[in-house]
Amino acid sequence: MMNQAAASTLQMMLNPTLPLTLLAPVFAALVIVFLPKEETKTIKIVAALGTLTSLALSIYVFFAYDRHLGGMQFNFLVPGWTQDLGVNLAFGVDGISLPMLLLTNLIGFSAVYSSWNLEKRVKEFFVLLLVLIAGVMGTFIARDLFIFFLFYEVVVIPIYIMVIIFGSTKRVTKEYAGMKLTIYLLIGSAFLLVGLVALYLAIIPLNHNQGTFMFDQLALLGQQLDPNFQVFVFALVLFGFGSLISMFPFHSWSPDGYAGAPTAVSMIHAGVLKKIGGYGLIRLGLFVLPAGAKFWAPAMAVLAVAGALYAAFIAMAQKDLKYVVGYSSVSHMGYVIIAIAALNITSIDGAVAMMFAHGVMSALFFSMIGFVYEKTHTRNIADLGGLAHQMPRLATGFLIAGMAGLGLPSTVNFVAEFTIFIGAVKALPVPAVLGVFGIIFTAAYTLRVIANVLFGPRRPEWDHLRDLKGPEMVPIYVFVTVLFVVGVFPNLVLGLIDSGVVSSGLAKILETVGQAKIGGLF
Amino acid sequence: MQDAFGTLLGQLFPVLTPEILVALLSLLLLGIGLLIPPGARKGMLPLTVFALLGVLGYTVYDFFFGVRATFLQGMYLHDQFATFFKILFVVAALLVVLFSGNYIQKLPAHRGEFYALILAATLGMMLMAGAGDLITLYVGLELMTITFYLLVAYWQTEAKSAEAGIKYLVLGASSSAVLLYGISLIYGLSGSTQLSEIWDALANASGPAVLLATVFVLAGLGFKISLVPFHLWAPDIYEGAPTPVTAFLAVASKAAAFAALIRVYLITLNSQAFAPTGETLLFLLAALTMIVGNLAAIPQTNIKRLLAYSSIAQAGYLMVGILGVSVAGVKAVLFYAMAYVFANLGAFAVATMIGEKQGSDEIKDFAGLSRRSPLAAAVLTACLLSLAGIPPLAGFVGKFYLFWAAMDRGHLAIAFIGFVMSMVSVYYYLSVVKVMYLTEGEELPEVPVKGAPKFTMVFTLLVTLFLGLYPTPLAQMAISAANSLVGR
Repeated sequence: MMNQAAASTLQMMLNPTLPLTLLAPVFAALVIVFLPKEETKTIKIVAALGTLTSLALSIYVFFAYDRHLGGMQFNFLVPGWTQDLGVNLAFGVDGISLPMLLLTNLIGFSAVYSSWNLEKRVKEFFVLLLVLIAGVMGTFIARDLFIFFLFYEVVVIPIYIMVIIFGSTKRVTKEYAGMKLTIYLLIGSAFLLVGLVALYLAIIPLNHNQGTFMFDQLALLGQQLDPNFQVFVFALVLFGFGSLISMFPFHSWSPDGYAGAPTAVSMIHAGVLKKIGGYGLIRLGLFVLPAGAKFWAPAMAVLAVAGALYAAFIAMAQKDLKYVVGYSSVSHMGYVIIAIAALNITSIDGAVAMMFAHGVMSALFFSMIGFVYEKTHTRNIADLGGLAHQMPRLATGFLIAGMAGLGLPSTVNFVAEFTIFIGAVKALPVPAVLGVFGIIFTAAYTLRVIANVLFGPRRPEWDHLRDLKGPEMVPIYVFVTVLFVVGVFPNLVLGLIDSGVVSSGLAKILETVGQAKIGGLF
Repeated sequence: MQDAFGTLLGQLFPVLTPEILVALLSLLLLGIGLLIPPGARKGMLPLTVFALLGVLGYTVYDFFFGVRATFLQGMYLHDQFATFFKILFVVAALLVVLFSGNYIQKLPAHRGEFYALILAATLGMMLMAGAGDLITLYVGLELMTITFYLLVAYWQTEAKSAEAGIKYLVLGASSSAVLLYGISLIYGLSGSTQLSEIWDALANASGPAVLLATVFVLAGLGFKISLVPFHLWAPDIYEGAPTPVTAFLAVASKAAAFAALIRVYLITLNSQAFAPTGETLLFLLAALTMIVGNLAAIPQTNIKRLLAYSSIAQAGYLMVGILGVSVAGVKAVLFYAMAYVFANLGAFAVATMIGEKQGSDEIKDFAGLSRRSPLAAAVLTACLLSLAGIPPLAGFVGKFYLFWAAMDRGHLAIAFIGFVMSMVSVYYYLSVVKVMYLTEGEELPEVPVKGAPKFTMVFTLLVTLFLGLYPTPLAQMAISAANSLVGR
C-alpha cells in the first residue's frame, strides 16, 4: 500500500524530445556502421547531421524551458525499468542540467567539424565519437542515479580506443596516456559505486522498503540520513567525482590525457566530460548528502585553491600547447570546486556558469590547437610564432579562446568567475582571495602563449599554410557566438541556472545546512 | 505391475524430461559415430544443435509452467532453481557446439564423439543442479568430470592437450576424494545423505568434525570453481585443452559447481558455513580469489591463460554473492552466472576462430583484428568489457546485484575489494582491446567470420547488451529461482 503511494508519484511521462536528442547521434552511428569505409565524405556528413539534430533539439529545449515554472521539464519517465532494483528510465532537464546539455551538443557538433580533415580510419572514429557524445548527453539528462552512472561509464571505453588509435605521442606515449586516463576514471568510479550502493541501501528503509535511484526522491530522503553516514558517502563521492573533475591531487591524468588524445576527444573531454564531476558533486553531493558536503567543504576548498594555483603555475612552464590548456583546465576546475565548497546559491550559480563557460572556451582552444597541429605538425610553443600573419582567421579564434580563458569582460567566462567570487568570498574568504591570484597566473601563461604562437615576426616556413575555411570555420562561429552573446546577455544562462538552483529546492537545502552544527574538518 | 510402472513413468517424465532427452541424444550421437564412417556423416552438428534447441525450449517451458516436485523420496529435486541452471547448461552447450564446428573438423581423429561427450557432460551438470542427495550430486559431478578428462585430452596429437588431460585427471581425482571425504563425514554425523535430513540433523550441531566436513565440501567444490587456493590447475588446463572445451569447462562446469555449492553449502550446511568462522573463511577466499585472479591475469600473453585467470576472478565475484546469504545473493549469483555464460562464450568464440584460422592463441596475433574482422573485434571487446563490469553490458548489472547483496549483509570491505579489482581487470582486458585496435596487423591473414560462429558472436553480443540495458526479465527469473530454494 505504501509502495502504491510511492509509485503514484512516478507516473509514466513520454515527452519524446530528450530521447530523440539522445538517440540522434546513436542513430547516426548506426547508419555509419553500415556505410562502406571508403565513403569518408558521406560518413562525415551523416555524423554532422546527427549532431546537428541534437543541437537543434537542445536549443529548442533551451528556449522552450519554462523558467518561471522551474523544476524538471521535458520528462520522459518509464517507471519500473528494473523492478527489483527500482531503477526508472527517467530523463528530464532543469536549470542545472539544461546548460550542460546545450554545452554537450555545441561541442559535439563542433567536434565533428574539428575532425573534418581526418583521413585515417574515419568510420571507426566517427562511430566512437557519436557514441561518446550520446553517452555524455545521457549523464546530464538522466533523472535516475543508476542511469546516470550507466552513461558515465559508457563514455570511458570509446575514449580509450580513440586515444590509442588517433592520439599523438609526445611527452608520453598515447597508449600510456589512454590507459592512465581510463584507469584514473575507473578507479574513481569504483569508489563512487561503493558509495552509491551504500546510499541505496540506506535509503531503502526510509522509502517504505522500496529502493530508489531517482535523484529527486534521494534528495528528499537524503535529509533524514545520519550525518556521519553522509560524511562517509560524500567522501567516496568526492573521490569519484573529484578525480573526474581533476581535483588536485587526482588531476595528473588530465594534462597527459588531453595531450595524447585527438582534438575531438580533448574538446569533449575538457569541455563537457569533466563537468560530469562537477555536475555529479552538485546533483548527488549537495542535494542528497548536504551534511557530508558541509563536513568536507573546507577540505575541498583547500584542495581546490591548491589545484587552481598550482596548475596555473605549472601551466606557465609548459612547452606543449596542449599541456598548457590541460593544466589551465585543472586550474579552472579549481574555481568550480571552490564555488561548490562555498555552499551558497550565488556560488553554485557561478559553478554551473563556470562549467558552461569553461566548456565553450576550452573546446574552442583545443579545436584551434588541433588546427595548428594539423597544419604545422608541431605543438611546441618554441617552434611556433607569427602565425597571425599567415592564418588570421585561426589566430582570431585562438586569441578569443585565450581572452575568454583569462576572463575578459564581455565573455561569459568573466560573468562566471565574477559570480563565483561574489558567492565564495562570503563563505570562504581566504580561499577565494587566494584564488584571485590564480587569475594573475592565468593571464601570464595565456598571454605568453598567445604572444609566442600568434605574434612576433613573420616566419617564412609557415608561408605555405592555408588559413581555416569552409567546414573548419564552424567551431569558431559556434563558440565565439556563444561566448559573446552569453557574455553580453548573461541572464540567458544565469537566469536559467538560478531558476534551477532555486526551484529544485537546493536553495533551501543549503540554507538548512548552513545553520546545521556539524563541525567542519578544520 | 503395469500400474506401478505407469505411476513411475508419470512421475518421471514431468521431472526428468530434459535429462532423458539429453541422455538419449548423447547415446544416439555415440551410435552414429560408431556406425557411420567418418566421411559419410555430415549432419552431427545440425542434429545436436536442433535437438538441443528442442531441449532448451522444453526447459524454458518447464521453468515457467513446470510443477515443483521431489522424486524418489527426495533424491532428486525439480524446482525452478534446478531448471534455471538446466537452461544455463543447455544454452552453454548449444553455443559451444555452434562455434566449435570448424575447430573440431581440424582435429586429427575421433571427432565423432565430441558432441556426444559435450552432451554427457551437460547431463552430469543437470544432475548436479537437481540433486537432492549427496550421492546423486556426486554421481552427476563425476559424470561431468570424467567426461571432461576425455575432452581436455581430446587433441591427442598435441602434447599440451595430453598433458592438460593428465593434470586434470590427477588433480580432479584428488579433489573428488576430498569432497567424498567431506560427504562421508557428513553421513557419519547426520546418518543420511539426503539434503533435507542433513539440514534437520546438523542445524544445531557444532564441533570440529562438523567444521571439518563443511570445509572439505567447500574445498571439493572450490576446486571445480577454481577458488584460490584451489585454482592452480586452471591456467595450464585451460591453455592445453582444445579451445571449445576450455570454453565449456570455464563456463558450464563452474556454474554447475556453483549450483551444488548453493544447494549444499549455502542451504544445507548453512548453520555451519555461516557461523562466524565459516563466514570469515568465505570472506578470505572470495577476497583472495578476486585479488589473485585479477593480478595474475595482468602479465599473461596467451588469450586462453588470460581468460583462465579472468575466470578465476569471476569465481571470486560470484563468491561475493554467496556471502550475501540471502535470496538477493542467490539471485545475484544466478544472474551473474547467466551473464557470464554469454560474455565468456562470446570471447571464446572469437578465440576459437583465431586459434583455428591462425593456429595461435597468443594475444599478439589478435593484432589489427579491428580491420581484419571488425565484427569479431567488436564482439571480443564487448564481451571482455562485460566481464570487467562496464555498463551498459550485462556484467555491470550482475556485479551490482552481487555487491549489493554482500553490502546488505554488512560486508562493505568485500564490495570495495570487488569494485576496485574489477577496475583493475579493465587494465588487462583493455590490453587485448589495444592489440586489436592499435595496429592494422598487415602481415596477418584476413579472418572472415561466417556461418554458425558468426551467429554465435552476434547472438552473445546482442544478449550481453540487452541484459545490460534491460535486465528485468532475467532478474525476475533469477528471483523466482532463488525463492524456489528458500520455500522448501
